[in-house]
Amino acid sequence: MKLLTLASQDKTRATVLSVLAAITIIIPLCNVLTPADSALHFSAYTVSVIGKYLTFALLGLSLDLVWGYCGILALGHGAFFALGGYAMGMYLMRQIGTRGVYGDPLLPDFMVFLNWKELPWFWYGFDNFAFAMLMVLLVPGTLAFVFGWLAFRSRVTGVYLSIITQALTYALLLAFFRNEMGFGGNNGLTDFKDILGFNIQSEGVRSMLFFLSGVALIGAFLLCSWITSTKLGRVVTAIRDQESRVRFLGYRVEMFKLWVFTFAAMLAGVAGALYVPQVGIINPSEFSPLNSLEIVIWVAMGGRGTLYGAIIGAVVVNYSKTVLTGLLPDAWLYILGGLFIVVTLLLPDGIVGLLQRKLKEQAA
Amino acid sequence: MNIPANKPLSYGLAVLMLLFSMLAHSETDATQQPLQDALAAIKQGSMSEREQAINHLVELKHPRSLVILQALLAGKLLVVKDQDKLVIGDAIDQDYNIVDAVSNEKLGIISAEQVGKINLTNKLRSNLRKIIGELELNADDDAVRLAAVKAMDKEVDARLLDLFKQRLAVEQNADVKEAIENILLLQQMDSADKNERMAAITQLQSHDSLDVVNKLKAITEKDADGNYAEADSDIRNIADAALTEINGRLRLYSSIETVFFGLSLGAVLVLSAIGLAITFGVMGVINMAHGELMMIGAYTTYVIQQLMPNYLGLSIILSIPAAFLISALVGIAIERGIIRFLYGRPLETLLATFGVSLFLQQTVRSIFSPLNRSVATPEWMSGSWQINDFLSLTWNRFYILIFCLIVFVLLMQILKHTKLGLEVRAVAQNRRMAKAMGIPTAQVDAMTFGLGSGIAGVAGVALSQITNVGPNLGQSYIVDSFMVVVFGGVGNLLGTLVAGFSLGIANKFLEPFAGAVLAKILVLVFIILFIQKRPRGLFPQKGRAADS
Repeated sequence: MKLLTLASQDKTRATVLSVLAAITIIIPLCNVLTPADSALHFSAYTVSVIGKYLTFALLGLSLDLVWGYCGILALGHGAFFALGGYAMGMYLMRQIGTRGVYGDPLLPDFMVFLNWKELPWFWYGFDNFAFAMLMVLLVPGTLAFVFGWLAFRSRVTGVYLSIITQALTYALLLAFFRNEMGFGGNNGLTDFKDILGFNIQSEGVRSMLFFLSGVALIGAFLLCSWITSTKLGRVVTAIRDQESRVRFLGYRVEMFKLWVFTFAAMLAGVAGALYVPQVGIINPSEFSPLNSLEIVIWVAMGGRGTLYGAIIGAVVVNYSKTVLTGLLPDAWLYILGGLFIVVTLLLPDGIVGLLQRKLKEQAA
Repeated sequence: MNIPANKPLSYGLAVLMLLFSMLAHSETDATQQPLQDALAAIKQGSMSEREQAINHLVELKHPRSLVILQALLAGKLLVVKDQDKLVIGDAIDQDYNIVDAVSNEKLGIISAEQVGKINLTNKLRSNLRKIIGELELNADDDAVRLAAVKAMDKEVDARLLDLFKQRLAVEQNADVKEAIENILLLQQMDSADKNERMAAITQLQSHDSLDVVNKLKAITEKDADGNYAEADSDIRNIADAALTEINGRLRLYSSIETVFFGLSLGAVLVLSAIGLAITFGVMGVINMAHGELMMIGAYTTYVIQQLMPNYLGLSIILSIPAAFLISALVGIAIERGIIRFLYGRPLETLLATFGVSLFLQQTVRSIFSPLNRSVATPEWMSGSWQINDFLSLTWNRFYILIFCLIVFVLLMQILKHTKLGLEVRAVAQNRRMAKAMGIPTAQVDAMTFGLGSGIAGVAGVALSQITNVGPNLGQSYIVDSFMVVVFGGVGNLLGTLVAGFSLGIANKFLEPFAGAVLAKILVLVFIILFIQKRPRGLFPQKGRAADS
């Protein structure tokens, strides 16, 4: 029985991987190779929507590592995604240069508008792509490290941890809304022009970003699968199931948790950095607690503790959201609310769990 | 708006007035005669005769004199043309609603063409204003006298000064007395005698009045050339000292005000957190829909007010039990329908109740529209308590503070002295042992959840009085109220109270120099750091219950 489950898991994993790889290669390739009026050509809208799903899937994957494998229900995971996005947004803002409405060579438009005279210190260096990419990893990573170090060391667990992570993202939401913070306040960062000298609106760049998102997702998926299969991964899973027992065995639980939490935050940052150029804007609403809770429902919907479940969940929930907010704008919150209830009460293992049960029944 | 309800009342009043005026007619016809003469002069005479008649009216000291003169000043004293009769009329569109000037008898509505207004010259008008002031200064009502003193403190002449002095000699009311003294001393500050001026300044430094502060500031300030406005350095020094003393008191007042604002914010936090403290403390369940239960309470208030728009005060009072019941029922439904299947899985409960909160929000949005609704505040709750020129406390926040304490005490009594309370505490301490002792734990869970939810509903009634009612009302309180519970220590209601008030006060003290948003962030960061140090809050549970 156990073998069968494992085999089916491997089969699902292989399927998910091959579908991902196919999407990642075919869609950009079609768009680059075929002319715009060809039947094989995907519209710019389709490419950016699917690209967005891929970054969400990466985000869901990173939360699954924290929640599904380490048992930490982080309700502020969206904050790391948004921070990665802001780091990317700052790079893109600096690329605008004199093409802004006010034409200031150094200051982004909103700073000129606020009558600022010089660039705040934390905006320095973001004109350099490599530095910005480093920050995409370091900013969420550092925040997660400091926060996690404080929280895990004093053994804040369970719902307490959930709520203080929510408070963290709520505090960041309030902070980023302030114009004085120097991140564009309410409007956030937008009106991007170039990335690495290429027009961000162009077909090629869009396809490239899509391709990179797919590669990042596949890479992260393989990396996380590998991590969870190592000894470290097993200790982390043990912490989820019996934290005190692992501690009594002599493991330093807080260090394992801290490591996973920080790593996942960096992955979320990468997802945010890939998301921002594809949708063309980053604003403080990304910090809203509701966004972070939506990530949780992707993972729960797909089936936590499986990694590919998070990917499936992120795509399914977001696809439904895109379709339903178009068809019945009022119904989306009912459906999202209903999902939370149904998944926790009836589908504790999510879609993946349901599929596996079906497979088992067929085999039996 | 309010006309239908007030009609019976106004009819009743009219009848009553009619009765009174008839009585007055029959008894005082003889004493009315001089009044009638004076009025006749006002009605027909030239401007100088009119002035004499006014003075005559004052000397008569007739009870109607003041009313008639006030009407004259306000341009409401009218002559009905065909009857040659003096009336007082309130303008309604093109018509006037008139009463007899002498008897106060209601005469109904008359068109503007049928009446003539009695005109005044500007000089006469300003004299009249003074005369009315003097009459008011000697009125029987304390509030009228105080208002008169305050109204007249701008242009004090020698004659008025005499009047004030006379009144001060017989004045009994402390507030009026202080107001008059204030004016007299301010006058004395301008006197030619240095000693009198210094005495006035010394006495004035115990008065909390904006005029005093302005006057003292004028004395101590330098003009554009760097010369002091006041040449005498003794006066300057003593004024400086007085100003320092008054400023010290002002700082105290502003601290009192900040504490009051903090307490009222704390009261809101406590009200919203206390229901959560019960469900979380007793059942270990985080109810993310708690904020939405508050929202339901607020909407209940709104609906009841829509049902009975003419009885604002009553509707608020009725809303309290109604909101409690409705929120409690919704809460019990949530517990029976969802939460009971998830006991022992707090993270799943958190997610499921979050789903419920989204559901409730959207339901309210569909029924009441996504726009904010405003709930009217009854008269006795609006306005503020003006303690002196520098310190005033708003009534609605004051009532909410008291309301919060009442709810808290009631809840404590329920938990301490009722059977339900006993069972709730037993289950909170040791669920399995309580069950072994025959306590129906499932039923107690439902009741506990209902109690916590009902209190959320009651908190919603309070919130409807200080903020607009909208679908997002609850969302903004859930993180805050959870912070209060955690800060105070789970399972400890007194801790919740202390935590709510201290967070409220801390927030308000930070606001002046950090701004509202930054203050909130600072408080959040402080709590996050605090939980690191004391994960179980200010007042942690002790003993075995703490381990679970």
